[in-house]
Amino acid sequence: MQSWFFTEDAYPYLPEADTYESIRVNLPNKYYDPDKGADLYHMYLDLWCAADELGLEVMVNEHHQTATCVVPAAPIMLGILARQTKRARLLILGNPIANRSQPLRVAEEMAMIDVISRGRLECGFVRSVPYEAAPANVLPFRGMQRLWEAHDMIVKAWTTHDGPFSFEGRWFHARQINIWPRPYQQPHPPIWITVGSGRSTVPVAQHKYTGAVFLAGYPRIREIYDGYRTAYRTAHSQEAPLDRLAYAALVYVGENAQQARVGAEKVLWYMTSNKVPQHWSNPPGYHPPAIAAQIMRGTRGGAGVPLAPRLDEQMARGNVFAGTPDQVFAQIKNFWEYAGGFGHLLMMGQAGFLTYAETLTSMRLFTQEVYPRLQELTASCDSESLQALRACQPDKEFADLGAFGVEFVR
Amino acid sequence: MQAGVNTIAIQGIDLQVVRQGAGRPLLLLHGGDGPQGLAPFLTRLAVRFEVIAPMHPGFAGTAIPEHFDTLEDLVYLYLDLLDVLDLHEVILMGMSMGGWVAVEIAVRNTSRLSQIILVDAVGIKPGDRDTRDIVDIFGLPAPEVAKLLFHDPAQAPSLATMTDEQVTRLAGDRIAHAMYTWEPYMHNPKLQYWLHRINVPTLLLWGASDGVVPVAYAEAYRQMIPGATLVVIPEAGHLPHIEQPDLVLQHVLAFVAR
Repeated sequence: MQSWFFTEDAYPYLPEADTYESIRVNLPNKYYDPDKGADLYHMYLDLWCAADELGLEVMVNEHHQTATCVVPAAPIMLGILARQTKRARLLILGNPIANRSQPLRVAEEMAMIDVISRGRLECGFVRSVPYEAAPANVLPFRGMQRLWEAHDMIVKAWTTHDGPFSFEGRWFHARQINIWPRPYQQPHPPIWITVGSGRSTVPVAQHKYTGAVFLAGYPRIREIYDGYRTAYRTAHSQEAPLDRLAYAALVYVGENAQQARVGAEKVLWYMTSNKVPQHWSNPPGYHPPAIAAQIMRGTRGGAGVPLAPRLDEQMARGNVFAGTPDQVFAQIKNFWEYAGGFGHLLMMGQAGFLTYAETLTSMRLFTQEVYPRLQELTASCDSESLQALRACQPDKEFADLGAFGVEFVR
Repeated sequence: MQAGVNTIAIQGIDLQVVRQGAGRPLLLLHGGDGPQGLAPFLTRLAVRFEVIAPMHPGFAGTAIPEHFDTLEDLVYLYLDLLDVLDLHEVILMGMSMGGWVAVEIAVRNTSRLSQIILVDAVGIKPGDRDTRDIVDIFGLPAPEVAKLLFHDPAQAPSLATMTDEQVTRLAGDRIAHAMYTWEPYMHNPKLQYWLHRINVPTLLLWGASDGVVPVAYAEAYRQMIPGATLVVIPEAGHLPHIEQPDLVLQHVLAFVAR
């Protein structure tokens, strides 16, 4: 199992949450102190460099107009890391290409990063979370169609080497496409796409791309991964390799249970800080009408108050893995078997006020004491034995938390 | 299908059209709030006119055609509808977004039209690039939007009294509304250069308390449409046909009798 270190680069020094309407979209940037921001950027870059040295892979992402993630241009972060890291794979998850006006810019940026890093890029494409609609000024309706059209244009730009071609689609147009540089990896860097339902995995599996799932936990993971595996089998008449599936969770490893709990509570800031009112979390066309109606009614998330997830509950749901190395290994192993296996663990290892030192402690413990056992676990299983392990665990039942299904599963 | 609703096949779309009443033909185009709120006023109009009221595809639970993505798709759909029904001397009346559709139809072809009535219509952008001429209704909490839409916000439909089916339909309406109006937001930058082509009498009816597109916007519209008249309806917001139906009807009748 490959493990990836990830932080959203939050700016956590905010006024009391009851003094603002939303942490996203319209929180005035007068609350952002560029001096503190500079320190944070360097701390986050140092953490990624440490991950590289420790033997973890590197993952970055981007959001816009939000204190939860002050990376509105992930390729800039990845460009720095392409030069400063030595060995780690560099995953961007991802480029919000449904919201970009010109996908060719993405094709160019990604090709540059791939060349500078000498072929270490893993290129993710995402539809984006609902609160990205307003900053991008892009209607989320038909977002997946836009994503796949942009994808087609980018892949063709990466793989065409004999001079210009034209692409005049429904949404994206260019008549003389001939990018320089072309990617380092041939025919192109590995592609990842985020998935949030069984149905959404179908085109991802058909392309043999890695499907990444965020915080779906025990309640949703089987539906989504089974969707992928079935679609893969249907399209390619073989089992999906483990490395085609990825799972993102919050992770904190401590030297003892007490230290781990303190660290995990800090990482949970990612969830507790996400105060977003319904006009940002429910833009027209993001959710189908039946789901949007539930949000409008206030029976499902997006009510304008911070989510109040409890650590124990989030751990039980498989959204947070936290504890001593033994405990964290046991938690991941159990979830991995329940899910029927996956090849990538995307670890949000830092959030909110978790310090550099606290983050590094967790990363070290993970790398030294958990990671080798996870590698062993993955190597010891084939798809048959995995299915047998999975069958040992009946489907778990959870109360519907609503908001989490909508806000985080994507 | 409700009584009086016809299905008319145009461009491969099963367009749902309410046809009610007898008299001069009046093509009635609902706004972004959907056809439901307009129904009582439609019934009043049907006493004097043959009302033809299509449901914009995507509203009221109807499907959004795969090839639709802009307001212009509606414009050509209704130009086709006028031809298919072979209507003449039509009174074209549109509310809010429907008013914008009416104007876009008129700048293309007025040969089947006799008069145009625009009720709190959007479609132009009179201010400069830094002026928010039209409130961003997709970027505000629903109760605030209701306050801006109504002179008396107590008139606003309440989700609490709606069935799940009705709220789901409302959510569907909101998707269609956004698809037709998202960018450029609620306007066509070219429209003001085409308005001189409107050569039939035009009446602008406007709620005095419209908080979404205020009366100053109506005045700008009036100046751009040759010979247009503006009548401001007191104690009404963006939907005067809901808040002051008697007064709106009275002005419609007086205008078409001229």
